[in-house]
Amino acid sequence: MAQSLTHGETALPADWRDLFALTKPRVMSLVVFTALCGLLAAPVSVPPVLAFSSILAIALGAGASGALNQWYEAGLDAKMKRTAGRPLPAGRLDPQTALQFGIGLAAFSLFLMLFASNWQATLLLAVSILFYVFIYTMWLKPRTPQNIVIGGAAGAFPPLIGWVAATGSVAPLPVMLFLLIFLWTPPHFWALALFVRSDYAAAGIPMMPVVAGEKSTRRQILFYALIMAAAAIAPWPLGYTGALYGWTATIQSVLFVALSVQVGTRTTGEGDLMQPEKRLFAYSIAYLFILFGAVVADHWWTI
Amino acid sequence: MTDEPKPAPFDEAEYRRRQRSRANMMAWMLGALAILFFFITIAKIQIFA
Repeated sequence: MAQSLTHGETALPADWRDLFALTKPRVMSLVVFTALCGLLAAPVSVPPVLAFSSILAIALGAGASGALNQWYEAGLDAKMKRTAGRPLPAGRLDPQTALQFGIGLAAFSLFLMLFASNWQATLLLAVSILFYVFIYTMWLKPRTPQNIVIGGAAGAFPPLIGWVAATGSVAPLPVMLFLLIFLWTPPHFWALALFVRSDYAAAGIPMMPVVAGEKSTRRQILFYALIMAAAAIAPWPLGYTGALYGWTATIQSVLFVALSVQVGTRTTGEGDLMQPEKRLFAYSIAYLFILFGAVVADHWWTI
Repeated sequence: MTDEPKPAPFDEAEYRRRQRSRANMMAWMLGALAILFFFITIAKIQIFA
């Protein structure tokens, strides 16, 4: 926090834009969208203000997780080109402010969720924040190349929380949506890790391409893409969604697997531009948006 | 030693600008939250009425 003006070395108060950047707003957009879809796909109607407040609580919880992640990883971020410009490694924010901001935001998000919805959703939100900060960021990420496989669970919580905020209970469809994001995370992140591999190696993070090599990573991308596709289509034959979602999931998943085959079966040399990997990474984001949009559309308009 | 780096001069104008900008942001957020909590309460009353 700001010190007295009379002190010799006075720290500038943090700019609110840097505090906002600490919440990883781009990641938050996917969290908000999947949580909203989970809430809208639930078979009950929620008053709009309570729905809005629940989604806001999830967004703030995700922001708090991002802030605490950046506080803990400031040293690592400074070593990577992709993250060196973040407020903490760039020296625009002091760690104490970031820590207080993260804890305060987490506490407020839980309070808001409890006030606007129910204790079940609040409990799930608390678990997702603690899982992301303690299990993923502090424990798994610096230790094992399986970090994002298990850590992917943290990012899979939002649709489940959205559903529980609306209904107060867990059901098969949101669990399947949880599973979809969980299985989507490895091909998504490993595609990124393939083209920023040198960054992760420089920071000493044991991402799959750094530890197991490119060939093994590519094979595993393809493996996860195949089981993810099966998990994405499964709600349709199991009767939890209709044909609108079913056909959308089938077409999009075929495309996802086709891009993964391209990535999974190629070998690269020095100076490769990694275009197929970049394409898969970009498409994987659109894929999740389209599928979750289809879940809601299918709930509203059955064909 | 004469080549020790000197601390950057204190920029009071920048200090005040950031303070003002944060105070404004905080005021807007508190105002928005007050309104949000009012409507959450109304919605809850209607549910349990």
